[in-house]
Amino acid sequence: MTERFFRTDALSVTFGGLSALNNLDLEIDQGQIIGLIGPNGAGKTTAFNAITGTVKPSAGRVIFQGMDITGWRTYRIARIGIARTFQQIRLYDDLSVLENVMAAGHAYIHYSFVEAVVGLGRFSAEERRLRSRAEHVLELMGLIDICGEKAESLPYGRQRKLEIARALAMEPKLLLLDEPVAGMNPRETIEFGELLGRLHRDLNLSIGLIDHDMPFVMDICQRIKVIDHGVPIAWDTPEEIQRDERVIAAYLGEGNGA
Amino acid sequence: MLKRDRILTCSSLAVFLLFLLYAESQFSEYSVRILNNIAIFAILAVSYNLVNGVTGQFSLGPHAFLAVGAYTCAILTLSPEEKLRSFIIEPMIWPLSQISVSFPVSLVIAGLVTAFIALLMAVPVFRVRGDYLAIVTLGFGEVIQVVTNNVVPITNGPLGLKGLAPYTNLWWSWGICLLSIFCTVRLVNSSYGRAMKSVREDETAAEAMGINAFWIKTLAFTFSAFFQGVAGGLLAHLITTISPSLFTFMLTFNLLIIIVIGGLGSTTGAVIGAVVLTWGGELLRAFEEPMTIFGYYYEGIPGMRMVIFSMLLIVVMIFAGSGIMGRKEFTWQSFLDWCRLIYDRATRRG
Repeated sequence: MTERFFRTDALSVTFGGLSALNNLDLEIDQGQIIGLIGPNGAGKTTAFNAITGTVKPSAGRVIFQGMDITGWRTYRIARIGIARTFQQIRLYDDLSVLENVMAAGHAYIHYSFVEAVVGLGRFSAEERRLRSRAEHVLELMGLIDICGEKAESLPYGRQRKLEIARALAMEPKLLLLDEPVAGMNPRETIEFGELLGRLHRDLNLSIGLIDHDMPFVMDICQRIKVIDHGVPIAWDTPEEIQRDERVIAAYLGEGNGA
Repeated sequence: MLKRDRILTCSSLAVFLLFLLYAESQFSEYSVRILNNIAIFAILAVSYNLVNGVTGQFSLGPHAFLAVGAYTCAILTLSPEEKLRSFIIEPMIWPLSQISVSFPVSLVIAGLVTAFIALLMAVPVFRVRGDYLAIVTLGFGEVIQVVTNNVVPITNGPLGLKGLAPYTNLWWSWGICLLSIFCTVRLVNSSYGRAMKSVREDETAAEAMGINAFWIKTLAFTFSAFFQGVAGGLLAHLITTISPSLFTFMLTFNLLIIIVIGGLGSTTGAVIGAVVLTWGGELLRAFEEPMTIFGYYYEGIPGMRMVIFSMLLIVVMIFAGSGIMGRKEFTWQSFLDWCRLIYDRATRRG
């Protein structure tokens, strides 16, 4: 049996006596888009935090490409190829759009601290490479024309896109998006869905996403995990999820369909 | 464009060196001393700003690092005879009492020793997030006070170290000042600098983007301590007598004012702040002298310049909340644009 691309085994997080996430088993195949949905406070973001090491899982395991990465420090998890965005936008507000993206390339620079200080050696070539890669990503996300502006001056939708651009600049294998279309209008959401589909196709990205926008999630995800009060209650294709009675009861509202 | 900038930088450097040459032979001893002070404070401000402004970690330790650097450098350069003469309470312990190395070597060693101590502090402090750095560095400053006062066989206690050779001249102080500015600017504009800024802006996001915040903060802190140690060595051989009472928290406080007035996070601002405060502090001495204003005889009050200084500070904070430069840096392009603007205004009026 081949090892799954990514999976969590009974991942649990407790804060004091409160169980925020209980026995989450999540599986993502190479190139798959999966959704993680559930009512507010269900533990979706906690799941992402536990996967990326922002909070320490209290039990369970996270396996990425056959490697047990449970409890690794956040930056190490990022460096092996899991990038994420945040529910509350967390850009480097005072840096320019380009710098935001270039900073994400720091994990992969090939020059030392001393070379940076004296500006010799591989410094210039590496800086050029970093810059052109950042510009490539910005072009992909349609942000290249504003690369000199400060991140905080951007409108909301573009800040969301910039966060994804920053994550993509790390050339991740798995991208975790926490409510990427929250606050976008329907038109922006549709455009964003198309963009995500394109990225998924072109870069062969695996994506895990959290969102409350049901049409968006149902449309783009291949499989969906539903959790409620920290407890996983369903794991199925979008069509089945919409018919699942427990899901409807817990989340979509009784007698309300989708 | 890049070529133009390089030519402008080189020529302005040349002009500055000519100025130093002129200053060295023509200026009074007092003015040369001020120029030296400016250089030393610029080194301190630029390196302090790297930790407080660029990396966003609130350190209160430069006076302690300055002390470590000054004492290390002084102990290393003093001749064995001089050591025998000035250590009157207790003789200096053996290996140190015989060591005497040249000024440049001891400057480097002073920097390295200071950086090493900073590294030792950084490792436990940066393991946790929050304002622990301020507490630990503040405490370290007190520890240094106690150590320099009480470890008599090494530091000569409250008597301090006297009779240091006045090695520090304009070339040493400004040479090292320019070197520290050059290195810091390079660093800030490199990927390491971007990583430092991302840690300042949002540590959680930086970690999630593969940046080892612990290591980046440690690097910034250690790098800055190196130059603060070197500055200590320069200061010791400028004033030729050091004692524990010289390295008080007020020094750090002044540096904090310098980098805040200059613009927290801007290397240019740190340099401007150092010039303005060091030089301005001397200019304001006039207010402590007796003088006649509009026929009214004013006797001069010692400490008056600090009052005026505080008022100026308040004015700056009201009208330029983020300091003179904000977080902007000097570029030749912006400088030329600014010149053009001034020129246009002047000609239109004329």
